[in-house]
Amino acid sequence: MPSLAGLFFWMNSKIENIKKFDVSKPLKLDCGKTINNFPLAYETYGKLNENRDNAVLVFHALTGDQFVTGKNPITNKEGWWVTAVGPNKSIDTNKYFVICANVIGGCMGSLGPKSTNPDTNKPYGLDFPVITIRDIVRAQESLLEHLGIKKLLCVTGGSMGGMQVLQFCATFPEKTFSAIPIACSSSHSAQNIALNELARQAIMADPIWDNGKYFLKNVQPKNGLAVARMVGHISYLSEKGMQEKFGRKLQEKADYEFSFNADFQVESYLRHQGYAFVERFDANSILYITRAMDYFDLSKQFKGGLVEAFKNQKTKYLIISFSSDWLYTTKENKDIVIALNASGADVSYSEIITDKGHDSFLLNEPEFLKTLKSFIDSMHEKFKNEKRI
Amino acid sequence: MKKEFKVIADLLPNNTRVLDIGCGDGSLMTFLRKEKNIEVRGLELDKDNVQTCIHKGLPVIQGNAETELHQFPDQSFDYVVLSQTLQAFYDPEKVLRDLLRIGKSVVVSIPNFGYWKVRTKLLFFGEMPVTKTLPNTWYNTPNLHMCTIKDLFNFCDEKNIEIKKVIGVNENNTSFIKKNNLEIKNLFSKLGIFLIG
Repeated sequence: MPSLAGLFFWMNSKIENIKKFDVSKPLKLDCGKTINNFPLAYETYGKLNENRDNAVLVFHALTGDQFVTGKNPITNKEGWWVTAVGPNKSIDTNKYFVICANVIGGCMGSLGPKSTNPDTNKPYGLDFPVITIRDIVRAQESLLEHLGIKKLLCVTGGSMGGMQVLQFCATFPEKTFSAIPIACSSSHSAQNIALNELARQAIMADPIWDNGKYFLKNVQPKNGLAVARMVGHISYLSEKGMQEKFGRKLQEKADYEFSFNADFQVESYLRHQGYAFVERFDANSILYITRAMDYFDLSKQFKGGLVEAFKNQKTKYLIISFSSDWLYTTKENKDIVIALNASGADVSYSEIITDKGHDSFLLNEPEFLKTLKSFIDSMHEKFKNEKRI
Repeated sequence: MKKEFKVIADLLPNNTRVLDIGCGDGSLMTFLRKEKNIEVRGLELDKDNVQTCIHKGLPVIQGNAETELHQFPDQSFDYVVLSQTLQAFYDPEKVLRDLLRIGKSVVVSIPNFGYWKVRTKLLFFGEMPVTKTLPNTWYNTPNLHMCTIKDLFNFCDEKNIEIKKVIGVNENNTSFIKKNNLEIKNLFSKLGIFLIG
């Protein structure tokens, strides 16, 4: 079996063959720097219909990628949102044209810290500019023109994907008919910044990381990156969910080993998730994308705060939160609803009762999936009528 | 659509903004939007009803009117509608104050505890009344603060809340209720619909 790092670099070579669009329009980033002629990797599912009224743009979360459903050709695993997107699913690809792009700063083909810096002919590493959620969204907007879509039926995504939904609606209010931000927040909380910092510190504390220059030696700071992923996995579950799933169950043993091996199932789970992640993700990308999340504060972009961000909009919103999500709480999601109400927007809100924590949006949660389907289908009917008029 | 909703719909002018508190499955909202071009919003506690509204493409927020009305800004709606739930709140006065803050006017309907059948049930049988409009028994009723049309009338007077219109509903008949016919209408109306604020 090849080493994990070897597997990672083998995957990198496969990434050369995926769908990409060269963004020629220069993009001025929030940090002041400009990027141009950069690649944006994306995938589409279903077909754009003749009236071009069935396009749904999906935004992925921190560790996601453009492979929403079906089989991910790079990892050979199922797409990250196979529960919600696909033929006869809530976002039915027999009916809708689903688009998803890899975020800039990511590592699945879009411009990111492991892309080659034209100035040095070496990967950027930490020379990659610090990006924001707004930069990420602006980069993706150029994809719409490329695909011939004037107005999307819907933009949706969970977690960091939800933040991109809010940003998209604030920056390009005319470009979507409806929006579904799921389990997210309009500004990253102190707790979430702290958890992201924990992930970053884990990576940076790994000597292999070497100030982000590990790629020069064809290695990955896998221990640090695995710990960073473990932090994430704890935050995606709920206390109750974790207790029910693992409790104090031991991992394939009758008693304690009196060692520091993974005695408990929960330890084994974390180690597995952590080290499996190393195979498919770049450590520097985690630094950049978590930073973008931390900088996200939509109210700061508008004088007059969040209410102003949604003023005079026709976009129809559905906000969804999960009762046991402590990473992006119901309260944070409701704050978005309150702002939308205050700006007079057309908004629906539903809280899904579940023990499965933040992860719920990726899981088979019937109530959630039904709500998603109801909303998108009814929006499609309305959008069709609007287009006809 | 039930008679009550028709009466409520008649009170609401076309092309206005209306918030329906406890909007149920959205049948009133659907009617208002389709027939009167009213911009509707709903607040609903029951998740199945929320689901139904979303399915119909109606904007609905899942929430509890008792605790979550603060999310709506002052005077952000032309009308706020509250159908037959005022009596079920822990603190109806607080809810009513909130509705008057959110809406320029408020439409409140109540099942009338002063209706003659209700009165006879208590007077002649000595039992808590169970009728079509009050279908629950004493131990499982959500109604904590039953009142009569006269009670709500007097309440508004006492609290300096302007009463613009009161309509009594009995089966398919409706009639305006004023101070001079209050006693008799309070006896013969199943429902009272108040336009206040």
